[in-house]
Amino acid sequence: MNEDRITIRAALRDGDLFTRLSAVIMGAGMLGHRQVAKGILVLLFEVLFWLYMASTGFHSLAMLPSLGTEAQGKVWNDAKQIYEYSAGDNSQQILLAGVITCFAIAGILALWILQMRHSYSLQRQIEQGGEVATLREDLASLFDGNLHLTLMSLPCLGILVFNIVPLVYMISMAFTTYSKEGEHLILFDWDGIHQFQRVLNMNGNIGRQFWHVLAWTITWAIFATFLNYILGMVLAMVINRKDTKGKAFWRFCFVLSIAVPQFVTLMIMNIMLQPSGAVNVLLKNLGLITEPIPFWTNATLARVTIILINLWVGIPYTMLQVTGILQNIPAELYEAARMDGAGPVRIFFKITLPYMLFVTTPYLISSFVGNINNFNVIYLLSGGGPTQVGDTAGQTDLLVTWLYKLTIDQQYYNLGAVIGIMTFVILTVVTLVTYRNSSSYKNEEAFM
Amino acid sequence: MDTQLKKNRISPHRRAINLLVHLLLAVLAIIWVLPILWIVLTSFRAEPGAYTTTFLPQGYTINNYVKLLTDRNVLNFPRMFMNTLVISIFSCLISTFFVLSVAYSLSRMRFAFRKPYMNLAMILGLFPGFMTMIAQYFILKSMGLTEGSGIRIGLIVVYSACTGLGFQISKGFFDTIPRSIDEAAIMDGATQWQVFTRITLPLSKPIVIYTVMTSFIAPWVDFIFAKVLCRANADQFTVAIGLWNMLQKEYIYQWYTCFAAGAVLISIPIAILFLYMQRFYVEGMSGAVKG
Repeated sequence: MNEDRITIRAALRDGDLFTRLSAVIMGAGMLGHRQVAKGILVLLFEVLFWLYMASTGFHSLAMLPSLGTEAQGKVWNDAKQIYEYSAGDNSQQILLAGVITCFAIAGILALWILQMRHSYSLQRQIEQGGEVATLREDLASLFDGNLHLTLMSLPCLGILVFNIVPLVYMISMAFTTYSKEGEHLILFDWDGIHQFQRVLNMNGNIGRQFWHVLAWTITWAIFATFLNYILGMVLAMVINRKDTKGKAFWRFCFVLSIAVPQFVTLMIMNIMLQPSGAVNVLLKNLGLITEPIPFWTNATLARVTIILINLWVGIPYTMLQVTGILQNIPAELYEAARMDGAGPVRIFFKITLPYMLFVTTPYLISSFVGNINNFNVIYLLSGGGPTQVGDTAGQTDLLVTWLYKLTIDQQYYNLGAVIGIMTFVILTVVTLVTYRNSSSYKNEEAFM
Repeated sequence: MDTQLKKNRISPHRRAINLLVHLLLAVLAIIWVLPILWIVLTSFRAEPGAYTTTFLPQGYTINNYVKLLTDRNVLNFPRMFMNTLVISIFSCLISTFFVLSVAYSLSRMRFAFRKPYMNLAMILGLFPGFMTMIAQYFILKSMGLTEGSGIRIGLIVVYSACTGLGFQISKGFFDTIPRSIDEAAIMDGATQWQVFTRITLPLSKPIVIYTVMTSFIAPWVDFIFAKVLCRANADQFTVAIGLWNMLQKEYIYQWYTCFAAGAVLISIPIAILFLYMQRFYVEGMSGAVKG
């Protein structure tokens, strides 16, 4: 019998004593239905859960609505001639403990449902005169039919503890006053959607910066994604031309730049393009310029420079990735086009590009997402600068680097969390819209 | 005969195009190789400091390498190297297991949370990495993994814990292996575990090597998580933070040429690994797309 089809109501209504008992004493249904070891294990989880709730869980839940009220006290002790500090509430720890407790409750609820269904299914098997799986059989199935449980439990635990819990924690921060503004670093309160209003309000200081950063982030992502894609593809085609000599050598020259760790090349580029860096020195020595070019202090120039350097970083990657796919394009298509008298440019736009777009839409989407979240390039090249006086976001800051500055440098944790959520919303919209409009989604038939 | 004639007739035009193409490639190759060449030259430069008045060094020396490998007082490069090596070996073992396990389960097994898991992985991938970083720091702190040598364990955990989300390329590769092979083995009485370890993995050498190498390289090239986790604990620094520090105001004059030397030293093994891995990378990618 498929356990997914069993409803909890059926289990409670038609269950025998043991099945009903397991609604309170988890695992009882298994203990009473010849699966002692599993029953004990489940019971152990319930005991651990209640121990946790009794020791800290209930306290954490109770503190969650207020996030703590007791400020850190400072009392002058005249006898010892020192200030004595009394420990106050730490809202950030309270919030984290509250989030973890919520996850613990959700976890035990899931386990409760699973064990209710399992108990009832065991009961039915026994009633119908069947055999229940022995412990040995259960263990053996973990390496056969249920191998996915063995293989995926640890990775899932890792993702839960180090990705999902942290994400929920950060998202909840967006709705608090946790920020250096107004000295809310130790004690803070729930704040509703106030921070979202601040970010979206175009007339406020933060809002104005947000829309500027957003505009640049999207411009950047479009340029970075499509220029890299098209130019990388052209490079791959030029190298793979029938008449090009020394294909391996050319490929090596370009691949060499990927082999050097990206953060190293980016830091080197930053130094090379400083006012007294190698590039300005070279240009000066050649007599081409008299004043150094302000690569990082002029906003427009900095933006162009970043896009160009990103081409330097990204083109070899694209070249490497599309080489194989380009060779898969059916040769008849080219033959036919040439017969009809199409030139190379026309062939590229009418055959190569549509074919590549069809095959690589998922790759394009993921590289667009990667570029919106491209921290390294901006942080290591321009550091987000130049920055206008009074702003926290520089002229070349992306949403991610601004998020970094807001949280790590400025300690505006709530604003940072809002920016993170906005980034997520934008990426979701872009991904869904492009994916739904892509030809590989609309028409799943092969490209022709 | 006819095509031969045609070829000969357009040959001057073709030759001109070929010449142009090769010239263009040469110019591009110079643009791509020059910065790398420059950093190698800088690592042998005799004059200190980040900025000089000439493009090429005036004198050459190997003292930068000697200083980098022997000066243990200010920025202890050998120690950073060992830290990174330990971290990357452990996180490589864990992440390889995670990635391949998840990829195999999703490719070959059918279970209730298979689709939800893949959707969840896609959604989680849309959040910026920093959203989790600060909270991860607090969680590690509550586990006591942000002080002393606990930082190393913390970094291993951070680098490997969430790798189960990066299954796409391996899954795509596993998808291209015909299922009939598995079915035949199962008919002969093999368990799923035996299919995974004795059939799928040996058939997937390119993607196994690719996974091992990418997860080994990750700790060498990440500096932002390491920076947040290590803060001022200089004895726990990884190579990347060490190099980043050499370019900060207080060190740059003394350490710039050593930075170049360090960059060359860590780039060589990574470059060799990468050039070796490249063909697996391409195979894995095209496998994933075809599947």
